[in-house]
Amino acid sequence: MIYDALIGPFAEFDFMRRALVGAAALALSGAPLGVFLILRRMALTGDAMAHAILPGAALGYLVAGLSLPAMTLGGLAAGFTVALAAGVVARFTALREDASLAGFYLLSLALGVVIVSVRGSNVDLLHVLFGSVLALDDATLLLLACIASVTLIVLAIGYRALALETLDPGFLASVSGAGAPTQLVFLGLVVLNLVAGFHALGTLLAVGLMMLPAAAGRLWSADITVMTLIAVGIGLASSYLGLLLSYHYGLPAGPAIILVAGVLHLVSLVFGRAGGLIRHVSTGRHLEA
Amino acid sequence: MSAAITFRDLTLGYDRHPAVHHLSGQVDGGALLAVCGPNGAGKSTLLKGIAGALKPLDGAVKLESCRPRDIAYLPQAAEIDRSFPINVFDLVALGAWRSAGLFGGLGRKARERTFEAIAAVGLTGFEDRAIGTLSGGQMQRALFARVLLQDAPIILLDEPFNAIDQRTVADLVDLISRWHGEKRTVLAVLHDLELVRKHFPQTLLMARESIAWGDTTQVLSAENLLSARRMAEAFDRQAHECERAA
Repeated sequence: MIYDALIGPFAEFDFMRRALVGAAALALSGAPLGVFLILRRMALTGDAMAHAILPGAALGYLVAGLSLPAMTLGGLAAGFTVALAAGVVARFTALREDASLAGFYLLSLALGVVIVSVRGSNVDLLHVLFGSVLALDDATLLLLACIASVTLIVLAIGYRALALETLDPGFLASVSGAGAPTQLVFLGLVVLNLVAGFHALGTLLAVGLMMLPAAAGRLWSADITVMTLIAVGIGLASSYLGLLLSYHYGLPAGPAIILVAGVLHLVSLVFGRAGGLIRHVSTGRHLEA
Repeated sequence: MSAAITFRDLTLGYDRHPAVHHLSGQVDGGALLAVCGPNGAGKSTLLKGIAGALKPLDGAVKLESCRPRDIAYLPQAAEIDRSFPINVFDLVALGAWRSAGLFGGLGRKARERTFEAIAAVGLTGFEDRAIGTLSGGQMQRALFARVLLQDAPIILLDEPFNAIDQRTVADLVDLISRWHGEKRTVLAVLHDLELVRKHFPQTLLMARESIAWGDTTQVLSAENLLSARRMAEAFDRQAHECERAA
């Protein structure tokens, strides 16, 4: 009975196992990136860049159909172009990064819609918008796993630079020239993971496994390591529970995963020990010193 | 005395408008130099130029026997994100950058020096506190400890005593005197002329250009201070290109 509810679907069906592995890969690398996006006050940047990927992927789709390489390359190219352009604009003009990013993603989103409307069939476009976590083939799964591995390795190597670039960019600039490359590499990782998320969850929900677990993690701990671990845990739990929900109640899998992450986020908002609502309301009497 | 920093007809500024205009001169190695002048006189800009954070519009800053990265620079409003989850110990330990760098470990010796630096600024017991919980003065002490740990031959301090209580100022001035005793070159932007007269043997009084530079007692004369005030804040949107010979 319990076996049937919790483990059976994955033991029985190959596509469920693949979905679980794919979503787990996304959660593993996306959550730590999300933590840094939040610490850098770039939570909305991830969302903006996810939209920026759409026209590239759509272009790849129009040229080569539902082909993994074409859509991946298209998405990467569009994502990197927007990230780079936004970075360059922020560095060398009066506009700050958020404003310049908003400009570029609107531009590329509009461009994407135009491309699609010129020559598009709506059926496959659903796949582009909402992903296909229940239909991950070997190649896609391998891509997700590679992106997760590369992300975690690069994060481990560049951790200090990234943390310092977030904490005190002026100091980093005064002791090392690593500031600009760090920013670029970080944005590159975000784009990579958004493209990975795009394959499984679609362009609209790609940021979900990045931002929701990270935001929830922030509410449980003020320690960056603990925060990250909790975020990864919430991401993994959301993947598992979301897939179960989708299997038992016939819900669309991608949205179900994000929905669970969202609910866990709401729970954290209320109960979180480091800044949740309850904590905020019931602080107890003040201390002696 | 050999020069530690040489300005060669240095012009620094923003958007082609000079904030430091045709400055020439040299800072001796081991000097303890106060940089004074009215608001908008280009003091902070000068420090940025020395630290390499701002490229000269004209002329050059020349550092003898050290790279810009070996300079310890404490900006006026450090761009620190105080909500970032890091504790005092880790913040101060960043000063060990030269030995640890991007990838190296801290090491036992650097850990000990970090504790010493924290003790030297009177923050012992605060090691585990998140920097977001510090007061402004405590934060400034922590940043001084980081500078201390950087062990730099040249130290630049931009209005380091803003909004700091008197006892803390006294403690930090002691620290600066100690650096001076260790033959480090220290430049500090300061507004408190009493403090400058008491603790800084040399002063550069500037108002975009150098008004006077030398022994503090002579530089901070009533006459010089008056002309500094007159020359400041002459921003002209329609300014012509400067044709003074370089």
